[in-house]
Amino acid sequence: MTQAQLEQIYASLARKVDQIGPECSELFLAKLALSMAHAWGDVDGVERCIVDAARSLEAE
Amino acid sequence: MRPAGRSETESLYFKYPKFPAPNRAQWTASENAAPVAIVGAGPIGMTAALALANGGIRSVVFDNKDTFNDGSRAICVARPSFYILEQLGAVAPFLAKSLGWTTGRTFYRGQQILEFDMPDSADEKFRPMYNLQQQYIEQFLYEACAASNLIDIRWQSEVTDVQDTASNVQIEVTDPSGKYLFDAEWVLACDGARSPVRKMRGLRLQGENFEGRYVIADIQMDLDYPTIRRALFDPDCRRGGTVLVHKQPDNIWRIDYQLRDDEDEAHALREEVVRDSVAAVLKDIGHDGPWELEWWSVYSANTLALDDYRDGRVFFVGDSAHIVPIFGVRGLNNGLADAANIGWKLAWVLNGKAGPALLDSYTPERRGATLDVFANASKSARFMTPNTHGWTLLRDAALSLALTQPYAGQLANPRQMTAFTYGDSPAVLADDPAFDGGPSVGALLPDLKLEDSFLSDRLGVGYALICFDDALADSIRDRDTMNQLQVVSLFDHPRALQHFAAQPTSAYLIRPDMHIAARWLTSSADMIFAGLNTVTFNAKDNQ
Repeated sequence: MTQAQLEQIYASLARKVDQIGPECSELFLAKLALSMAHAWGDVDGVERCIVDAARSLEAE
Repeated sequence: MRPAGRSETESLYFKYPKFPAPNRAQWTASENAAPVAIVGAGPIGMTAALALANGGIRSVVFDNKDTFNDGSRAICVARPSFYILEQLGAVAPFLAKSLGWTTGRTFYRGQQILEFDMPDSADEKFRPMYNLQQQYIEQFLYEACAASNLIDIRWQSEVTDVQDTASNVQIEVTDPSGKYLFDAEWVLACDGARSPVRKMRGLRLQGENFEGRYVIADIQMDLDYPTIRRALFDPDCRRGGTVLVHKQPDNIWRIDYQLRDDEDEAHALREEVVRDSVAAVLKDIGHDGPWELEWWSVYSANTLALDDYRDGRVFFVGDSAHIVPIFGVRGLNNGLADAANIGWKLAWVLNGKAGPALLDSYTPERRGATLDVFANASKSARFMTPNTHGWTLLRDAALSLALTQPYAGQLANPRQMTAFTYGDSPAVLADDPAFDGGPSVGALLPDLKLEDSFLSDRLGVGYALICFDDALADSIRDRDTMNQLQVVSLFDHPRALQHFAAQPTSAYLIRPDMHIAARWLTSSADMIFAGLNTVTFNAKDNQ
């Protein structure tokens, strides 16, 4: 994926989260993660992403 | 603002001059008129005056102050601006004093997540960016203006009215000895963001304001760190906020820090609060030595511009025409490009070398550049100061991911200033679709290292033609009886053909501002002279 494509996805996600509102964004992002995992089809890759995304969530 | 006990121009490192008002007792009538009147002796007004003088045009510059600017504090001068300064014969002191840089580092919660280098190579005569305090920028431009007998700067001289006459513009000037009237064919309003001339003409900037407010503070300290711009996201010293750190000459450092939405601006600007905030930033970057506070101020990110930069015989140049967020460092740089653009165009029209329609290309070219800045700066502002839940969530996700995934750090890359391409301007030809690559029409000419100089050194001050074959070059020189073109042949430079995606029959027509006016993959003298007539609005069908 090119830098420009990643920035396009970044902007689409930000706009969609704003559109659906903070109360539903957690559900939206979980649905998105599941559907992307299904489309990708790489179980080990998804598990690695889950571990990675869980890092550094709080300020130390 | 300055620390208690120091006056507004009492600096730790810079001696502000005090300029006297003009002595009008000796004046003759010739002092009351000039082809061009320039309102504002800041960096933009002085650059415009130098660009006019470069074309042999006399101007008078009016400024209501008696010294240099103390409120505006641009520090980043980009490569395209250095080309402008060089062409105006003013670049030497800038190169001697400024700090060139190529690298930026971005940190999230104290950990580096990105190091980026701006494009640079041995073909580039100048570095991508130079840091220099605005006072020095103004001092060096002033020295260049003072050395020109075509530029008359009148300090303590406020323009208090601007009226159109049948064929010219008449301005009213108020100085310590009273009011007088001054006639000019053209007026350049270089009088800044709060432009009085803009108000006199009944014009308003259009656009929007962003939420983020930043305090900027200059401090003096001994700190052993290279000239690398640092951006700190969510640092210990300012949870949830963003901090920028820049090195300047004379051991001066610029600290920018974002205010939270709930922070009171008046409180944040109190000296002891600024001192505490700066001390916290210095603790974060590991400086525990002494430092002195030089100056501070506050700004917010706006994207505002005039719909038309021209109002009859008045042109708006720099901040009077547009206010841009600082994130792309384009406030000063865009203003310098405006000044150089209108400067050479007015000179060519006043000299009769170009038709008056050339002046109508100023707004589309320079307003186009501003809109391009807005698009980029809005993107940067959404990352630096996201103002909705969605943009904040994605920004925080990118920063958090970037701690372990370098690709996510690239989302924090600001990709700073490149020159705008005037592809749709009326003052360039349509691009030749036969080219496969190379710089396109409207782009700033990409420089090229030759044996002992750079291509840009050989262009002269007017239009130039770059060709790749000596026979073509000679035929153009033979036909150029009016001396309209500086012809540069690169036939003996093997890398030139590739640099320009050219063939031996190709030619590039370069404008006085180093932007590409036209290019032909297969050229002829007829095509080149017809093209030159078109872009200078001298062709018969353009009159």
